[in-house]
Amino acid sequence: MLQIKDLHASIEGKEILKGIDLEVKKGEVHAIMGPNGSGKSTLANILAGREEYEVTSGSINYLGEDLLELDPEERAHKGIFLAFQYPVEIPGVSNVYFLRTALNEVRKSQGLEELDAAQFLKLVRRKIDLVELDKSLLNRAVNEGFSGGEKKRNEIFQMAVLEPKLAILDETDSGLDIDALRIVANGVNSLKSKDNATIVVTHYQRLLDYIVPDVVHVLFKGKIVKSGGKELALELESKGYDWLK
Amino acid sequence: MSTEAEQLESLAQQEYKYGFVTDIEADALPPGLNEDVIRIISQKKKEPAFMLEWRLKAYRRWLKMEEPKWPKVEYPEINFQDIIYYSAPKNTPKYNSLDEVDPQLLETYNKLGIPLEEQKMLAGVAVDAVFDSVSVATTFKEKLSEMGVIFCPISEALQEYPDLVKKYLGSVVPATDNFYAALNSAVFSDGSFVYVPKGVRCPMELSTYFRINAQNTGQFERTLIVADEGSYVSYLEGCTAPQRDENQLHAAVVELVALKGAEIKYSTVQNWYPGDDEGKGGIYNFVTKRGIAHENAKISWTQVETGSAITWKYPSVILKGDNSIGEFYSVAMTNKFQQADTGTKMIHIGKNTRSNIVSKGISAGRSNNSYRGLVKVMKSAENARNFSQCDSLLIGDKCGAHTFPYIEVNNTTGRVEHEATTSKIGEDQIFYCNQRGLDTEQAVSLIVNGYCKEVFRELPMEFAVEAQKLLSISLEGSVG
Repeated sequence: MLQIKDLHASIEGKEILKGIDLEVKKGEVHAIMGPNGSGKSTLANILAGREEYEVTSGSINYLGEDLLELDPEERAHKGIFLAFQYPVEIPGVSNVYFLRTALNEVRKSQGLEELDAAQFLKLVRRKIDLVELDKSLLNRAVNEGFSGGEKKRNEIFQMAVLEPKLAILDETDSGLDIDALRIVANGVNSLKSKDNATIVVTHYQRLLDYIVPDVVHVLFKGKIVKSGGKELALELESKGYDWLK
Repeated sequence: MSTEAEQLESLAQQEYKYGFVTDIEADALPPGLNEDVIRIISQKKKEPAFMLEWRLKAYRRWLKMEEPKWPKVEYPEINFQDIIYYSAPKNTPKYNSLDEVDPQLLETYNKLGIPLEEQKMLAGVAVDAVFDSVSVATTFKEKLSEMGVIFCPISEALQEYPDLVKKYLGSVVPATDNFYAALNSAVFSDGSFVYVPKGVRCPMELSTYFRINAQNTGQFERTLIVADEGSYVSYLEGCTAPQRDENQLHAAVVELVALKGAEIKYSTVQNWYPGDDEGKGGIYNFVTKRGIAHENAKISWTQVETGSAITWKYPSVILKGDNSIGEFYSVAMTNKFQQADTGTKMIHIGKNTRSNIVSKGISAGRSNNSYRGLVKVMKSAENARNFSQCDSLLIGDKCGAHTFPYIEVNNTTGRVEHEATTSKIGEDQIFYCNQRGLDTEQAVSLIVNGYCKEVFRELPMEFAVEAQKLLSISLEGSVG
């Protein structure tokens, strides 16, 4: 599904990623771990198409296409979803209107008919329970005045509605208490299927108690220095990152 | 700027290139203004004698007045002797069918959802003798007259209801109020007159009718709306379709009179030609709008301003009666080289008077957008309350937003609150929308419409939908 080859990227002239190789297959869950400043969020943002990051060399192939040639919205249409580390507020735009617009854009790009308000509401009712999101948040402005936990759950709710092929969770666990963590993880797990894949970017191991990865990668100073099974995460938890230097 | 944005901009340009240039058959005076010109205007319109005196008085005062220099707008000096002050327009259709009209223009109309027959009117296409909207308008007129509501051109009102007009004309905006109001009083061409009798709730928004008749109102428009005791009227001015006019200078006056317990809701959507890419040729819109609210009366101004090269406009409410309410909701959007200096004045005179101001400025391109507002609490105004919220949104880094709030409180029981914010559409917000599948123009439009929500919800439903579309179209090409 996703092949990253020798990816180098920089922001404002400073090189952050120094040669990343990564392959993600359908049905897999990959965890990318690493200390602060190792380049985890950079990688997540590059996959989503954020312009501030400049890819200096290397390639990304997604479902047989050159991902780097696609605009962010085209990537979204083709099933890439980024759960933001810091979800953005859009005052005056209701959460449910925003999400319907998003879903319909994706559907239009796939030649599907747009959903009207009634059809969409039906879908929303089904999905909202997955993340135990308070229904009153649907008609509030996007993320405005949401608590940290509500924002993160709202991201997973959007993911549930948009049903992406490749979901990238950028530090979704940061700032969550243990209950919220469990709810978010349950949401992610119940959306898992043999046709989609998930990349979980995280600083801590604890999210991986709930979302069990097939592969764990350790990112350090812009390179993947170690990959392994889920036990690698536990090893990192007990030993820290220092032993990898 | 990307090529796509350039294309969009050139499209927006074309929208104004065709359509509104109508051949005017000559029945016009030469350019220039003097007392004889005013006499001819009054005579041509068969006005009662008092009207001529009123106009002349205004003209004599105008001669001694100076153009205001305090607004934050810049424009070359206007030569008032170059303007034609009277021409009787006889519009001849420019096209025989819509097929001949520039397709880009039609696309804009379609985007705005304007009905086909109205498109013809707007584009200058000959219309059939049996024309749906006209007959609808006639039906409206009959229904209104059944309830005693008068709604007609002010020139007609001067002939048919001279006493009523005489009683209220200039009672809110005196003929000598300011430079442009004085000029308007001297030479006004036409406009609307509305009278709603005691206790009558006007059964419809006075809009569709107006839109059809909007073409001949000219550059010095005069509107007078009187809501008698306990009555209600909602009036919609303007049109979301792009409008071009031969006259560069527009100086309108609108007066509202809300008698005891009456309510007037006045909504405007203004989309005059804003000028070319260098900011040349756009319309100068210098408007005086003011209402007086008597005891327990309420006046609401709601405006969505997207057009004109220069806008100079401060819809105001004089809260004369006890417990009266004044409201002002405004979205002013400027793009390219547009300049807007707009806001409101709330003058609290009566006891327990309340005013509410929500102003949303949006600046894009190289435009300048200023909010200028006055809240004045007079000594007599016990327990006056005001709340003002003035927000500015910047798109890009070559535009400007400015806020000039003036507050004068002369009664210690008054409470005046003012909040102001300035924000930029963030890359973060746009990327967030992009990542969810919206392209950048959609994203900006969504964010801007969200920002304006508090104002849009004050507009009548149909107008609100049009205003949202209009804003999206006006924003096209503003993000590279």
